[in-house]
Amino acid sequence: MVPAPAVKLWFVREVLPLEAALMRYLRSSYRNAGEAADLRQDIYAEVIASAQEQIPNTAKPFVFAIAHHIMVDRVRRERVVPMDTIADVEKLGLASESPPPDRIVIARDELRHLRAAIEQLPPRCREIVVMARIEGLPGREIATRLNLTDATVSYHLKKGMQLLVDVLYGSVPLSEAPE
Amino acid sequence: MTRVGENETNAAGSIGDQAAEWLLRRETPEWLERDQAALEAWLNESPQHLAAYWRLEAGWGRTERLAALKPGRMQRVQTASRKMSWPGLRFVAAASVVIAVALGGWYGWSTREVEYATTIGQRAKILLADGSRIQLNTNSAISVNFGIWKRTVSLKRGEAFFDVQHDAARPFSVLAAGHRITDLGTKFAVRTSNDRLEVTLVEGRARLETASPLVQHHATDLVPGEVAVATPSTIAVTKQPIPSLANTLAWRQGQLVFNHTTLAEATVEFNRYNQTKLVVAPAIADLTVSGVFDAAALTHSPTWQGSPLSFAWKSKDMTY
Repeated sequence: MVPAPAVKLWFVREVLPLEAALMRYLRSSYRNAGEAADLRQDIYAEVIASAQEQIPNTAKPFVFAIAHHIMVDRVRRERVVPMDTIADVEKLGLASESPPPDRIVIARDELRHLRAAIEQLPPRCREIVVMARIEGLPGREIATRLNLTDATVSYHLKKGMQLLVDVLYGSVPLSEAPE
Repeated sequence: MTRVGENETNAAGSIGDQAAEWLLRRETPEWLERDQAALEAWLNESPQHLAAYWRLEAGWGRTERLAALKPGRMQRVQTASRKMSWPGLRFVAAASVVIAVALGGWYGWSTREVEYATTIGQRAKILLADGSRIQLNTNSAISVNFGIWKRTVSLKRGEAFFDVQHDAARPFSVLAAGHRITDLGTKFAVRTSNDRLEVTLVEGRARLETASPLVQHHATDLVPGEVAVATPSTIAVTKQPIPSLANTLAWRQGQLVFNHTTLAEATVEFNRYNQTKLVVAPAIADLTVSGVFDAAALTHSPTWQGSPLSFAWKSKDMTY
């Protein structure tokens, strides 16, 4: 059993950066693109469960193999999509070593990316996220200022958090961010 | 694990919502130890929970850092109520402790640098203008640089404990051994020796980043109980049980706690606090010692000043 902090560190550093590529793969293969986020959740859970036994040497082939397996499994159950719609994992060219992206460029882009993502949030959601995240106001204070219930503030924060994280990890391309 | 049909969306959606709920609750001041235990229990229920929580936590953490680095830019709401406390630094120190204070000049228009240092065997408590507290261990030095937009403390040598007043608009960072620890509302200890850095997180959250090109992935978030050891080429994070965490921090009371520690290791620890240096004969270096010791015991107790052998005998008595 690998200790949880080690699994977490590996997951955050090695797996999450693959999310944009993983989502492209899921969307290209699985017709029901709306369920890609659920697939992603199942794939991550399986990836973590396996990593708790042993952390693989290279994350990318490991994650995509699990993704492929889970998609095939779903297709079998649902009998909706023909099997051949699943892109062959071997054809993704995972074995070839692609150069790691320039992290400095990513850091610079990330700020621009995040600002654009915040701009795209629904107005009320954006207002609350900015108050909480940038002003550092507690939820109760936001509720008082905007004359909303704590539950409403919490709802918008939870939604905003998930939308921002989707954009940050490239699950949702900026232009496609919902609402 | 794979569920079919409409429930899927609901199931994944609700796990995401639950994870978001936990994250938000953890940022509130009402967050207690039992809440932390409840969160850990929830996380351990299923890798589904771990997946959703770790992903949101990492992503949400990135949004905090970015926002904190650029206050004013994305702001759409008035911030008139936020105080800009001027860094009129003051400090409280134990009367016996001599602190070397060097006032730096003005840096730009908003910062000034103040240095604090202890010599071997000394400890010091420092209260900063923002209410944050720093405790310096033996033979340690820091410089404090407070600006309007950020607070920076450099640990130049030794070990320090930080109890930080969190302010998202004015992040608090500790620079040490080429790494940066950024407070996200936190109590933590930092120790450097040569180019090795050890960060022990006691409360809240902190992010450890390294500028080293040798470490491929250079940021990690620490949660309470985690100890990060960083060298120029690696960062390793381990979980320390709370009792051993308390031992790590016993220096704040002037104590050293050993638990089956070899004489070789114990000697290194004692020598940090004392001008008189112990030497351990190789033959007995592997003997272990357990117990709570006064860090300055060597100067106070003659029994500790004898040959390495008497040190060993004494230690052996305490072990068994």
